[in-house]
Amino acid sequence: MNFSYTILIPLIPLAVFLLLGIFNQRIKPSVSGYIGVFGLLASAILSLYAAYQYFFIIGKVDGVYQTFVEKTVWMNFTETLSIDMGILIDPISVMMLIVVSVVSLMVHIYSRGYMKDDDGYTKFFAFLSLFTFSMYGLVLATNLFQIYIFWELVGVSSYLLIGYYYTKPSAVAAAKKAFIVTRFADLGFLIGILIIGYYTGTFDFETLNNPEGSAILNWASTSFMGLSAITWALILIFIGGAGKSAMLPFHIWLPDAMEGPTPVSALIHAATMVVAGIYLVARLFPMFYFVQDGFALNIVAYVGAISALFAAIIAITQTDIKRVLAFSTMSQLGYMMLALGVSGYDGHEGVGYMASMFHLFTHAMFKALLFLGAGSVIHAVHSNYLKDMGGLRKYMPITNITFLIAALAIAGMPPFAGFWSKDEILVAAFEHNKLIYFIGVFVAGLTAFYMFRIYFGIFWGKDKVYEHTPKESPLSMTFPLMVLALLSIVGGFIPFSEFVSADKAGFEAHLNYPLAAIAVGVGLTGIILAWLFYKKENNLADKFANAFGVFYKWTYHKFYFDEVYLFITKKIIFKRISAPIAWFDKKVVDATMEGIGNKTVLTSEKIKGMQSGKVQDYAFAFVGGTVVFAIVFIYLWTNN
Amino acid sequence: MIEGISIYEILTLTSILFFIGVYGFITRKNLISILISVELILNASVVNFVVINKYLYPDMLQGVFFSLFIIAVAAAETALAISIIINLYRQITSVEVKDIETMKY
Repeated sequence: MNFSYTILIPLIPLAVFLLLGIFNQRIKPSVSGYIGVFGLLASAILSLYAAYQYFFIIGKVDGVYQTFVEKTVWMNFTETLSIDMGILIDPISVMMLIVVSVVSLMVHIYSRGYMKDDDGYTKFFAFLSLFTFSMYGLVLATNLFQIYIFWELVGVSSYLLIGYYYTKPSAVAAAKKAFIVTRFADLGFLIGILIIGYYTGTFDFETLNNPEGSAILNWASTSFMGLSAITWALILIFIGGAGKSAMLPFHIWLPDAMEGPTPVSALIHAATMVVAGIYLVARLFPMFYFVQDGFALNIVAYVGAISALFAAIIAITQTDIKRVLAFSTMSQLGYMMLALGVSGYDGHEGVGYMASMFHLFTHAMFKALLFLGAGSVIHAVHSNYLKDMGGLRKYMPITNITFLIAALAIAGMPPFAGFWSKDEILVAAFEHNKLIYFIGVFVAGLTAFYMFRIYFGIFWGKDKVYEHTPKESPLSMTFPLMVLALLSIVGGFIPFSEFVSADKAGFEAHLNYPLAAIAVGVGLTGIILAWLFYKKENNLADKFANAFGVFYKWTYHKFYFDEVYLFITKKIIFKRISAPIAWFDKKVVDATMEGIGNKTVLTSEKIKGMQSGKVQDYAFAFVGGTVVFAIVFIYLWTNN
Repeated sequence: MIEGISIYEILTLTSILFFIGVYGFITRKNLISILISVELILNASVVNFVVINKYLYPDMLQGVFFSLFIIAVAAAETALAISIIINLYRQITSVEVKDIETMKY
């Protein structure tokens, strides 16, 4: 049995990208849409087959899922240290293949409707394919450097797609912001990779992650400022992951990234790219767990928990529905991080790891659905703002029902997908760290509240009079909604713990009824509160907002994170550090160089008359010079 | 080896020949004269090769062979130069150096 055909999974989108990118203007928009969709359909079928083959045909050997690696050496540094390119098939990479394929395929189909009247239709599909290729490459990477290469590639495609409406200044600024912030975090990632390469002599995931391998056993041999060098490397790598996954304090790019087209938000900024950080931590999970008794893992847990809480609070006050969803994504990503952070390794101990991956899987489905549903609404009312919406259930029945399903799923209502994964996360947190557990439960309540706030705000609430009567989106847009809604309903019934677990052996997960009851109770409370506040038009919400006063204002302005960053960069870094350096560069370094240049020009102006262009003059100079040399040498010779 | 004539006398002769050639190359204004001067320089060196071979290494022939090569090259060079000069004359009806200064541009 081998998996070499899986190399086609990333290569097909790459081919589509090249085809659409090179023949951009010469392909009819309708054709390019089909090329994109069918290319991705082929990839999706291969991914599903790979998953089927991996889990059911091969299955466990000696009670453990095997890891399949095929690679070639790309760059050689030393005997042992080399950068490889290849594919790695193990439970989480197969799971991610399915997530990326399904969501990307749905988004491709959806985009055919959503982007219909756009001028850059072909370009849009080319970028989507580029992104899908990069994401597949990231998922299948066999070593840290390969994952880093594709990591930057997804960053670039995210930049291209956020700035897709490049005539809009806000979109351009958002694209730049996303790129710079994540790039800044990636600096940490790169340093971490180099430290790991230096101390362990390998980039390979298999070698690094082996619990009996030298990389993990020898962590204590090096130390730097009280921590093992490997721990530092892991923290730095986690910074890279935090940048991509929009954890505090690198989250500022994600809300702005909503300037991109809505299908892009669904694909990149909800389901796939932003989970790359979680995937990275999961990929290196044995290292995080074993090195220095999981010191780095604790940081992961707390950063995740704080991000989850922080984002959920902000989400309540936002008025742009896409931004609410963006903060909700950030909050759920924090959930996944905290689940990884509280996980153990063996058997049932590893419930956090499994829960994190499970939540990643279900979240991808229902969050993509929420975004696509929001896109459908925006398509109908031509506005992002909650104040322009209301009572849409009469006009858009399919969007209404699918959005409701997704909202119930993210609120953790049984039997929808989010309930099962969230329950596992709370179980893991409860067994490990009570503080994080309480944050988790509180966030679950907030999640239910803000999600139903926008649900009621969009589909119920006041009956607005619209200029153009909104109508249900075409089938190309509602079909993906229905597929994803179906997945959001049944996704939770997959016995996920049998397939994905930290030690790859699988275990049987049981529902913890008391904890599940608490979570559902909190979620229901959130929904009921939202129902009271927003079901009918009333001023309860405003009253509460006034009661909270300053706190509400702070939250509405996202705790002024953007302003603080702007202050630090503009007032301190630009003005106090960059400006003097720029002055020194212009007045001293550049001036010296320009002076040398000017002097050279002046001198050559003076002496250029010597070049007459007559061969005889040159010959005279040549002979004269030879004679002078001859005389000098004869003189020296005879004086010795 | 020629009786009664030492190597110094012959080398003096070739030196004079050489510098006549150099002087002519630098001062003549006529392309043909310049060409002849170049021939003088070449011939001076040919004679040098032969003389040094004969006087210093009488049982060897390398110098003589080398002079043969130089003569062949000189012939080819002359043919080429003459053809260029003739072509030039057809264009501007002059073989004076000052008339073809524009070629440097």
